[in-house]
Amino acid sequence: MYRYDQYDQAMVDARVAEFRDQVSRRLAGRMTDDQFKPLRLKNGLYLQLHAYMLRVAIPYGTLNSRQMRKLAQIARTYDRGYGHFTTRQNIQYNWIRLEDAPDILGDLAKVEMHDIQTSGESIRNISADQFAGAAADEIMDPRPWCELIRQMTSFMPEFSYLPRKFKIAVIASKADRAALRWHDFALRIVRNDAGETGFEVFAGGGMGRTPFIAFRIREFLPTNEIFAYLQAVLRVWNRHARRDNIHKQRMKILVHELGEKEFARQVEAEHAGFLARGANFPQAEYDRIAEFFAPPPFEQGLNDDIDLADPEFAAWAERQVVAHKAPGYAIANISLKPVGGIPGDISAEQMDVVADLAERYSFDELRATHSQNLVLPHVRKADLPAIWRALRDCGLADANLDLATDLIACPGLDYCSLANARSIPVAQKIAARFADAERQARIGELKIKISGCINACGHHHAGNIGILGVDRKGIENYQLLLGGSGDAETSQARIAGPGFDEDGIVDAVEKATELYLRQREDGERFIDTYRRIGMEPFKEAIYG
Amino acid sequence: MKIITGNNLRSGAVVWWTGYDWSLHVEDSIDVGEHAEAVIQREEGAQRVNGAHAVEATRDEDGVRPAHIKDRIRALGPTVRPDLTLKPADPAVGNWVI
Ligand code: SF4
Repeated sequence: MYRYDQYDQAMVDARVAEFRDQVSRRLAGRMTDDQFKPLRLKNGLYLQLHAYMLRVAIPYGTLNSRQMRKLAQIARTYDRGYGHFTTRQNIQYNWIRLEDAPDILGDLAKVEMHDIQTSGESIRNISADQFAGAAADEIMDPRPWCELIRQMTSFMPEFSYLPRKFKIAVIASKADRAALRWHDFALRIVRNDAGETGFEVFAGGGMGRTPFIAFRIREFLPTNEIFAYLQAVLRVWNRHARRDNIHKQRMKILVHELGEKEFARQVEAEHAGFLARGANFPQAEYDRIAEFFAPPPFEQGLNDDIDLADPEFAAWAERQVVAHKAPGYAIANISLKPVGGIPGDISAEQMDVVADLAERYSFDELRATHSQNLVLPHVRKADLPAIWRALRDCGLADANLDLATDLIACPGLDYCSLANARSIPVAQKIAARFADAERQARIGELKIKISGCINACGHHHAGNIGILGVDRKGIENYQLLLGGSGDAETSQARIAGPGFDEDGIVDAVEKATELYLRQREDGERFIDTYRRIGMEPFKEAIYG
Repeated sequence: MKIITGNNLRSGAVVWWTGYDWSLHVEDSIDVGEHAEAVIQREEGAQRVNGAHAVEATRDEDGVRPAHIKDRIRALGPTVRPDLTLKPADPAVGNWVI
């Protein structure tokens, strides 16, 4: 994985010193809250319901064991012994004291981590396929591109005061594990007929109050034109963005209002201008970065079989283990969705165990997923039983990847100051209802996603079953949405009908799954059946 | 009744205006009635608390109860982590929020 050079380290260290000074001025009363708020937000420090919340960037979801141990130490020392993995492959701490924040940033900097651009009107943490560098189906590792874009855009003045936040994702496979088209700007690495590598480019996606699926703005962009193209996109957005209206500032709104064709025309014109002026691609820098992502030294000649004699282990392996590109190796998914737990939460002790496993079995690498789980990307198949036992002993061996209990839920009204309703208790009740392993397996892939407000951090628009918490005169109420997806056939979930209370929404989810089981044809997942039969039969089953 | 709440500048902890200071416990709140704006302005100047604002509440035999669920969750702590609330030993505490 990427390692800081002296410039990276100097920048991050300078940022810590700057924030330490800002915090001390705020604590001494030499800065008002209005003056301080944008500064703390630039450092990922929010004020939530119960305390300050610190969001730490995990660039493209990649971590090493040293970093994970540091995250555990921060949880123990400055927080209440746990952290929360988010839907942007980041981690959040919920109980931070303002006076501790500079020390935390200092600790993070020691392991090449930071919280820059985890908030505010900037290019946020760039997300990637969590199986990058390991997936059997990828063209190449997309992370060097993420890192290059991160370096190019961090602190760049033109990108520092954007109209609104801007989210980028990069993948390199047909299968979409990063909800690509729900991003403002998204790249899929592809090969053209001539065998050249380039990007299929999407623009104008996003969730939130007004969801849009990104449209394909370029079928094939040569890789060495990426900066010119990204800059062209940002420039067109910057030029027209409605900075006067917070609900219209995201680029997706501009794309919608200008129209895809006109937006693309303006981007292409801007892009051509950049190329004509001789925009240079930093090939040497790309090569330097790409070296950090060279495949680890996989052993040759390993046995490709997994011993499934232990039925408990077999159940875990069959659900959590995914094909790896190297023979004898596998990708092991770690569920952070125990039934009764809080989606994405992990204790400091569990973080330490996972760090040990990464160090011992996975070339020191870990991944965070946008589904709030973790991944050991490169493990020998022969080591899977030992990994499973260690996970089981610390409560992380649930076998529910992409099943009904693998729910995404945002923090909701239990933590978030913007929330209208609680998300986590709903997730817990649904998980309890579908906890039976046999039942979950029978239902198969089912992506349930819950947000506590219209900001959609819980990705409800992309849920096969989406749930949105609303406030009905001070009473929590939940809207049911059906038919969303973040996979290669991206689709937006639609509201099924009137909302429910907390128990009612759990019943409604169950009714939807029962209808699916009655109606599904051979090999269909929930989303396939929904696409085939449409909303009406579901509505009837739920409301009839 | 009208009570005033905010978050402690240093810790971020939820605090409630007692008439002369800030308390972690909502039951210490006083009814500020007409004086909410004056208290908020004065306390903003003192810079001990972020985002001081008034909320509606009622008082009964169980103490002060904010009218909105968000403020009740603020007063208590996350309902999904009773161990981290202000009343970790009280099994009925969730009922108070709902
Ligand atoms: S969706 Fe709303 S409630 Fe949930 S974390 Fe985002 S802002 Fe908070």
